[in-house]
Amino acid sequence: MREYTYYPGCSAEASSRPYDVSARSVAEAVGARLIELEDWNCCGATTYMSVEEKRAMALSARNLALAEKENRDLVTICNGCYCVLSKTHECMTGNGGLRKQLANALQAADLEYHGTVRVRHLLDVLVNDVGEEAIRSKVTSELKGLRVAPYYGCQLSRPKGRFGDPEFPTALDDLLSWLGADPVWYPLKAKCCGGMLMTVQADVCEKLVHRLLSAAVDAGAECLATLCPLCQINLEAYQEQISRKYGRRYDLPIFYFTQIVGLALGMGNEELRLSDNLTQSEAIVARY
Amino acid sequence: MASVVQSGTDFSQVNELFLKELSYVPEWEKIKACIQCGTCTASCPTSWAMEYKPREIVGLFRAGMLERVLRSNTVWMCASCYYCAVRCPSGIRLADIMYVLRSLAIKHGLFRREEAYPALARMFAGVVDRYGRNAETEMLTRYYLSRKSPFGMAKQLGLALKMFRRGRLPLLPKAIRGQRDLEKIMARLKQEESE
Repeated sequence: MREYTYYPGCSAEASSRPYDVSARSVAEAVGARLIELEDWNCCGATTYMSVEEKRAMALSARNLALAEKENRDLVTICNGCYCVLSKTHECMTGNGGLRKQLANALQAADLEYHGTVRVRHLLDVLVNDVGEEAIRSKVTSELKGLRVAPYYGCQLSRPKGRFGDPEFPTALDDLLSWLGADPVWYPLKAKCCGGMLMTVQADVCEKLVHRLLSAAVDAGAECLATLCPLCQINLEAYQEQISRKYGRRYDLPIFYFTQIVGLALGMGNEELRLSDNLTQSEAIVARY
Repeated sequence: MASVVQSGTDFSQVNELFLKELSYVPEWEKIKACIQCGTCTASCPTSWAMEYKPREIVGLFRAGMLERVLRSNTVWMCASCYYCAVRCPSGIRLADIMYVLRSLAIKHGLFRREEAYPALARMFAGVVDRYGRNAETEMLTRYYLSRKSPFGMAKQLGLALKMFRRGRLPLLPKAIRGQRDLEKIMARLKQEESE
């Protein structure tokens, strides 16, 4: 059993609880033990980062300093956390002027960061550490014939593309195929859902979500798998109003990718919290 | 620094402030190499809703007219998808530059009052500063109240109820134990900035 330090992120305690629960269940089942980072704080998130970058990075710097003491890879389930933690790590190991400022700020709390933490996304761990053979060996109910739209969102593959192409990543496609499912190809799989714009620019954001949903449905998807809490809620919670607005009826089940993995591993509602999703997945669950 | 802009251009104060903050962005010098090709604008999922397109930001900066960008809706339309950054043939990290512009706009009160993003960001930062984590419920409630939009609030109520029933909307915020440490870190950071 390989061990990882787990950074759930704030939404894991609220809007994306099903993601947190299913991520822990699935990781443990495939031999990746997630040990929660003690007393972690907000990563700084895009909303904070984009207006007060230094303070946001100072937030993430504390997480990195705490994680470094544990001497394990730091695993997130949120693209936003992944992006901010990675960027902060980059800043604190690079030559820019921020490095010294952040190090000094950490010292005020008797913390230091030497730059040894590897920030990972759980998808990366499942695909590249656990790997195809081990995943396939754990599958008890193959998702044969399940047409899933793999949706990557933004801040995992961009800005850096640490594992896979920044515009056409494939890791989630691979994982889905190991489960027996059919990942559908659609050109928008790494396009933006609008993120926090759903709260502040709903009209603009709804248009982006409409495009994503319609591309996935046109490609024959019967459900969609997300890697990010915010993508999940944007795609899941506004389908009714987007249907009314754009005159196309959407009723697409939106899963956290860990829920799909768990389904193939034979897990039930207690481990996956499918009943806490807003979209209906009973028909799909009944098939496997 | 003169090589950054066309010769003879009059720096506005905003341009100077921008250059000072920009120096914290890794590889910021690449902004000098913008060839105005428009790949950023074409790649941006929200440029159609922006008053000034991403390409024009660099153009206006060179013309000493950045203040116009800050007073437009442009910087608040960016969803941080980083397409502009990965596709720019000159390697300019425009998405990061957008963050610099946003913080300038907020710091110097240069945004238009009707913009909602600054209000959301303020609530977000306030909640995180208070608890060390983002208490989503409190953050969003404060935001909608601050917008004084009963209609917007009512629209969210149905969704909030559904989320609450599914245990996805906890009512009470949870503070971290290291809150005092975070305060110390932030205080030191502020002190450094003023030095």
